[in-house]
Amino acid sequence: MATSRIPPQLLRSPLGRAVGLGSAKEGVDHWWRLRITSIALVPLCLWFVVVVIRLAGADLDAFYGWLGHPIPAIVMMLLVLATFYHSALGLQVVIEDYVHAEPVKFGLLIFMRLACFALAVAGVFATLRIALGT
Amino acid sequence: MSYDNRPLSPHLQIYRWQLTSVLSILHRASGVALSIGAVLFVWWLVAAASGPAAYAQVQRFFGSPIGLILLFGWTVALFYHLCNGIRHLVWDTVHALDLPNTYRGGWIVLAGTVALTALAWIFGVSGWH
Repeated sequence: MATSRIPPQLLRSPLGRAVGLGSAKEGVDHWWRLRITSIALVPLCLWFVVVVIRLAGADLDAFYGWLGHPIPAIVMMLLVLATFYHSALGLQVVIEDYVHAEPVKFGLLIFMRLACFALAVAGVFATLRIALGT
Repeated sequence: MSYDNRPLSPHLQIYRWQLTSVLSILHRASGVALSIGAVLFVWWLVAAASGPAAYAQVQRFFGSPIGLILLFGWTVALFYHLCNGIRHLVWDTVHALDLPNTYRGGWIVLAGTVALTALAWIFGVSGWH
């Protein structure tokens, strides 16, 4: 009986098995990361609004004095990282949903990811520079 | 693959809008707007780190009429996305998914957005420290 060595419970054709396409086993990964970052952003955004209001009329020295403390600097960097992580995940879905021309979609996804990464690094660096003294 | 001549849905000209679908698309729109706003956020941080001249330039921009309009739009988008995001998180726990509750939650989100935006700008303009 050499006709089929594939167990009958495995409902995939020999070709399907050879091509190897199927679940990448990360179906909920993107969704989950979006939730985790959104939960982090709830307190971080409320904090940020309060901070901006309090700094509205302040000069640069007051800003330096405030961000020179460890806790504001740490929270600011967490805000930057959570913002651009969440942005990258959200914008990815928007691009995938509305841009159907494959080369444009591919290019936009790459550009968006790199831009989010660069902006996150810029935000963290700026915060560190102020926090640690210019 | 061709996308011409395929059936379109919904037909926007004869479409009756519902609160649920409008809030859904607004969540996306505000998310995209906030991503663009996040660029200004980083610009503000980098300018502050660069020195007084760059920081004064940013302050001038945000104090200008265009800057203030952008800032106001940004607060509305932020509070809307925040409130509706919490609504989404509630749905993720398999709560309030029935029709009356999706509408109730929708109106709460809109009221919350208006209230938080008003609160932020009242405090902002009055110079609370």
